[in-house]
Amino acid sequence: MRFTKDHEWVEVDGDVATVGITAYAAEQLGDVVFVETPDVGKTVKAGDGFAVVESVKAASDVYAPVSGEVVEANAALGDAPETVNAAPEAAGWFAKVKLANPAEVDALMDRHAYEEFLQTL
Amino acid sequence: MAEPVDAPLQTTPLHAAHIALGARMVPFAGYDMPVQYTEGVLKEHLWTREHAGIFDVSHMGQARLRGVAPLAAFEEVVPGDFIGLKPGRQKYSVLLNRQGGIVDDLMAARPVNSEGTGDDGLFVVVNGACKENDFKVIEAELAGQVTIERLETRALIALQGPEAAAVFQHYAPEAASMVFMDIRLMTAFGVDLIVSRSGYTGEDGYEISVPEEAADDVWNKLLVDHRVKPIGLGARDSLRLEAGLPLYGHDLDETVSPVEADLAFAINKNRREQRDFPGAARIVKELAEGPPRRRVALKVLEGAPAREGAEIADASGKVIGVVTSGGFSPVLKCGIAIGFVSGVNPEVGALLKVIVRGKPQAADVVKAPFVPHRYVRTA
Repeated sequence: MRFTKDHEWVEVDGDVATVGITAYAAEQLGDVVFVETPDVGKTVKAGDGFAVVESVKAASDVYAPVSGEVVEANAALGDAPETVNAAPEAAGWFAKVKLANPAEVDALMDRHAYEEFLQTL
Repeated sequence: MAEPVDAPLQTTPLHAAHIALGARMVPFAGYDMPVQYTEGVLKEHLWTREHAGIFDVSHMGQARLRGVAPLAAFEEVVPGDFIGLKPGRQKYSVLLNRQGGIVDDLMAARPVNSEGTGDDGLFVVVNGACKENDFKVIEAELAGQVTIERLETRALIALQGPEAAAVFQHYAPEAASMVFMDIRLMTAFGVDLIVSRSGYTGEDGYEISVPEEAADDVWNKLLVDHRVKPIGLGARDSLRLEAGLPLYGHDLDETVSPVEADLAFAINKNRREQRDFPGAARIVKELAEGPPRRRVALKVLEGAPAREGAEIADASGKVIGVVTSGGFSPVLKCGIAIGFVSGVNPEVGALLKVIVRGKPQAADVVKAPFVPHRYVRTA
């Protein structure tokens, strides 16, 4: 699993990356009450707004950590947005992206580097 | 009215208590305030609806207005009947500018003790973010008629929820005889309190003005009761939104009249006839002919919650207004919003749209409150 400074995670299987938000991000947001996942077929560029996650208090943008085409969105979050809090780095995934440029993943932090980054916040 | 962003944050007498409880602190109205405690906004909200929540609202402005005829003088800046305000009663009102716009919304009251004595001018509580300006306006408009004593050495604690009354009455038995909007001077916890049976959550409960040196003791004694949990500003906002109550700086500002804001109940009949409050010409005209825009309550039927700034459109897609506060209702489990629409007077049940991130979503006009009030009106 790789991580961004905006607290998204990426897990690659073949040429498809599963994307979600980190446990740290989910904890900071508090209770998630709504998730707007990207439409399947949409092409995203790394750094673009990609999804929106809403707590009782506020809406927060989630940025695409990698570029590519959205091939699947996590429909289960529609009825159970709280899954983002319960299992942010597993069942609470947001979408799957077919990688346009696999080298982008290598530029992201590994868990050790991300955890060191969290210490600086 | 917002204080400069670089001003150092003030703290309330309960600041250390919030830190000890693990609160997440944020700047609010110039104070370092708890936005949530460890359980988070959703659980704090639901706990208050089911049990009792304790809130630190010491950032709000408390003052005494005194003078030869403080009630009559006060009527020069508000549209309510304050000459008719009885000892032991509190009233919601709005401070008006000369154009009939709302400078702030507030509570004003005549607290007395159980023998009916102790009446001492008018006790007012105003919003924290507006308090400096409010007292400046009152001082300027009522120069020579009232003196303002700011009660800056008093904390303000709200205890709200269906179990709040039983919790508080254990320490203050005489509070049992109070009904909604009663206000009493009393001794409890060994100190002098000003206690009103009111709040801003839609629930039964009390707001308790406490000398600052006793704030920790009162807070801790109430909090030790298993029915009580600490509640931050996040849930305070979602609770007041469900209760359909407007929030100054969002739903109310200096351009909005009380008629537009659906607060016509605060303009008493005798005052409408006397037309002797600031902006009376505009306000009386709006009462007769209908205001150019009006506050509505919307239940979002699909999609994301509509938040402040989201446009409101009619069924044909024409933009007719804007959301001024909105969010997710933990009780209804959907988006709810307060907004203003212009040039139309939609009926309850009318189907409108809210536009969230470019997407039109269905929303129903509903009658506020979104969640029924549970005020105690008979002892």
